[in-house]
Amino acid sequence: MSAPVTPETGGVPVAVGLRGNLLGIADLEPAEISLILDTAEAMREVGLRPIKKVPALRGKTVVNLFFEPSTRTRISFELAEKRLSADTLGITGGASSVVKGETLADTAQTIQAMQPDMLVVRHASSGACHLLSRVCRAAVINAGDGMHEHPTQALLDAFTIREHKQRLAGLKVAIVGDLLHSRVLRSNVRLLTKMGAEVWACGPLTLMPPDLGLLGVRTTFSIDEAVDGADVIMLLRIQLERMQGAFFPSLREYFNVFGMTEARLQRASSDALIMHPGPMNRGVEIASEVADGPYSVILEQVANGVAVRMAVLYLLAGGAQDEEAV
Amino acid sequence: MKRLFRGGRVVDPAGGIDGELDVLVDGDLISRVGRDLPVDGAEVVTVPRGLVVCPGLIDIHVHLREPGQEHKETVATGTASAVAGGFTAVACMPNTRPVNDDANVTGLILARAAAANLARVYPIGAVSRGQQGERLADIAELKQVGCVAITDDGHPTATALLMRRAMEYAKMFDLPLIEHCEEPTLFEGGVAHEGVHASSLGLRGIPGACEAIGVERGVLLAELTGSHFHVAHMSTRQSLRAVRAGKAAGVHVTCEVTPHHFTLTDEALTAPVAYDTNTKMNPPLRSPEDRDAMIEGLADGSIDVVATDHAPHHYDEKNVEFDRAPFGIIGLETAVPLTFDRLVHAGHITLPRMVELLSVNPARVLRLPGGTLAEGVAADITILAPDLQTTVDPVAMRSMARNTPFGGWTLRGGVAATIVGGRPCYVNEAAGIRV
Repeated sequence: MSAPVTPETGGVPVAVGLRGNLLGIADLEPAEISLILDTAEAMREVGLRPIKKVPALRGKTVVNLFFEPSTRTRISFELAEKRLSADTLGITGGASSVVKGETLADTAQTIQAMQPDMLVVRHASSGACHLLSRVCRAAVINAGDGMHEHPTQALLDAFTIREHKQRLAGLKVAIVGDLLHSRVLRSNVRLLTKMGAEVWACGPLTLMPPDLGLLGVRTTFSIDEAVDGADVIMLLRIQLERMQGAFFPSLREYFNVFGMTEARLQRASSDALIMHPGPMNRGVEIASEVADGPYSVILEQVANGVAVRMAVLYLLAGGAQDEEAV
Repeated sequence: MKRLFRGGRVVDPAGGIDGELDVLVDGDLISRVGRDLPVDGAEVVTVPRGLVVCPGLIDIHVHLREPGQEHKETVATGTASAVAGGFTAVACMPNTRPVNDDANVTGLILARAAAANLARVYPIGAVSRGQQGERLADIAELKQVGCVAITDDGHPTATALLMRRAMEYAKMFDLPLIEHCEEPTLFEGGVAHEGVHASSLGLRGIPGACEAIGVERGVLLAELTGSHFHVAHMSTRQSLRAVRAGKAAGVHVTCEVTPHHFTLTDEALTAPVAYDTNTKMNPPLRSPEDRDAMIEGLADGSIDVVATDHAPHHYDEKNVEFDRAPFGIIGLETAVPLTFDRLVHAGHITLPRMVELLSVNPARVLRLPGGTLAEGVAADITILAPDLQTTVDPVAMRSMARNTPFGGWTLRGGVAATIVGGRPCYVNEAAGIRV
C-alpha cells in the first residue's frame, strides 16, 4: 500500500497511524507490517538529504529506557528520533532508580507523570514492555524484552530482504544459531510467517525452544538442510557463556557443526543474502569470509534500522492524523 | 444448644450416607443423622431443596504466612478466607519466617488460630531446621505440640539421603512426609511450563520431568522405608503415572491436585492477558494433556485429594516483571466453585466423589478428625450450593490477598454455609439459607 505525500510532513507519506504500542510483531496484521515497511522507504530518503531532519515529531517527547546494555539499537533509535525532530532523553540501566530498588512499575509511573509521548524500552525480562504498557499512557515501543521479541529488528530485516528480493512471500529463510535465547528469532519467525515466507530454524537441539515447530516454522539440526536453496540466511549470535550451561562443548565444535562457511553457502540460492543482527562472533557462528563476502548485507541492516525505526515512531505518533505531529 | 438441619441432601461417603435426611447437632458435636428427626427443642435450620449437607471440607495445603509475612496474609484472614470457601479446617505450610521448625512457632500459629476461632488449623512442620536441607527439625516435639505432617514445601527436600532419614524418623511418629516434587537442576530459573507458550513468550521452561523425577524419588524412598509419602500439588501426567505405579506396588503414596491445575493450562500465560503474574505458580500451569490427566486421575480414584496451595502475595509483589514475580495464587475461596463447575457439572465426578476429595480423603491422608458426619464427632459441616451462580470477585474475598487468575469468572456452584464445631462461621444468604 502506498501513501500520499504532502509538504507538511517534509515529504514523507501521510499514513494511518498505528494504534497503541509496538510490543511485538505478534500484535501486527500483515497490512500493518507492509505499512511500516512502505513508510520506511520514504524515511530512508530523509537520511540521504544534506539536512537529515523533518519536523514530523516536533514537540513530541520520546524517552529511551534502556535497562539492559545496548549500543546499536539505542543509537539507531536516537538517530531516528532526532531525524524526526523529537525531544529525546535517555535513561540507561545503571543510572535509573531501578538500581536503588524502585520497581519497574514505579519507574514507569514516575516517567509517565512527566507526560512523555513515547517510551522506547529495552529490558532483560520477557514481558517487561507489556507491564509498562499497562501502567503508562505513553506509547511503548519494544526495543528488545528478554527472550521474547525485538520487533524493530525483524522489521529492519524484512525491509532489507524486501529491498533485495522485492518480496517476502515464498522466500526460504534459514535462521541459524542460538534459537532458545533469541528474541530476534521470535520476532522474525512471527513476521516472516505472517508475510508468507518459508522459515527454517536451525541450531543444536540444546538451543532450540521446545515446540518451536508449533509456531509455524520448520526446525532442523542439519545446517545443510536449512541452507539448501535458501534465499536468506540469518545467523544468530552464540553467546560465549553458553558453554558453561553445557549447551554445546566448545566454540570450535560449534563452528564445525553449525558455522556458516563459504562451502556451506554453496548449497544456498545463487543470490542468497547473508544477514546477522549483530554483534557477530567471527569464526563461531559465521566465517569472516562469509561476513565480509559479496552476499553479506549485514551493514545494510544497520543502515536500514534507522529508517524503519523512524517509520515506527512516526506511525505510532499517529502519522499525519494528529495535527500536532506535523 | 441443639440445631436441627432439616431438608437438603446429606452426603457422607465415610458413613455410606446419601439421601434427603436431617442432621441434629448438639452443642459442638453431631448427635444424629436420620430421616424426619424429632425437633425436641432444637433450633430448626431449614436447608432449601437442592443444597447439600456434607462433612466439613479440609484443605491440607495452605500458606497462612504468619509469622513473618503478615502483609500477605495472617492466620485470622486466612481462616476467614477458609470458612468463606467452605473449609472447616486447613493445614498450613511451614515456610513462614521464622520457619515452623520448632514448638514456639507451632504454638504461635495455634494461639492465633484459637484467637481467630474460625477454621481449625493444623500446622505442618519442617523436615529440616530452617528448611535449610541439612539437619532434621525436632520432629517428635513438632508432633507433640500439634504438627500433623512434615515438609520442606516451597522447595524439595534437599537430598535423597535427607528424605530417607526424615521418612524413617517420621514413621516412628506416624507423620507423612509431604513433598514439593522438583529436581532443582532441571528447574533452573524456570518460570512457566516448558512448551509452546513459554517458547513463544520467551519464558524459561520447567519440563514435566522436573516434577516427575521428584515423585519417582519419593515413591522409591517410601518403598524403601515403609513410610507414607504424599505428593503436594501434582501437575503432570508423568507424576500421575509414577503415583499409580507406586500404589499398584503397594507403596504408601498419596497425592493432591489443585483446582488451578485441573482448570487452567499454560495457554493462560498468553491470554486473556499476556504475562499476567497471576498465572505464575510452581508447579506451573501445564499442557492440556496434563490438565486432562489430572481430571482423569481425580475421576478414577488415583488422585486422593483436592488441595488449593493457597499462596497469598501482596499486590506490589505481583506487580513486577513476570520472571521476578513470586510463584503462587490464592485458592481457598474459589476451590468449591471450580470443583463444582469443572468436575461435577462437567460430568467428570459425582458429588459424593467431590466430598471424598475435599473432606474424607484430606482427613484420612493427614489422620485428622473430621471427614465424616458420624454421631459423636465434632460438628464440622459444610453446606454446599451446587447450582448457585458464583461470580469471582477478588475485592470481596476475605483473604488479604487478591492474587487470583479467576477474577470475573462466573461458575456454577458455591458455598451456602460453613459450621465449625456446631458454630456457624460463614453463611451465604444468596444461597437462601439462614442459620
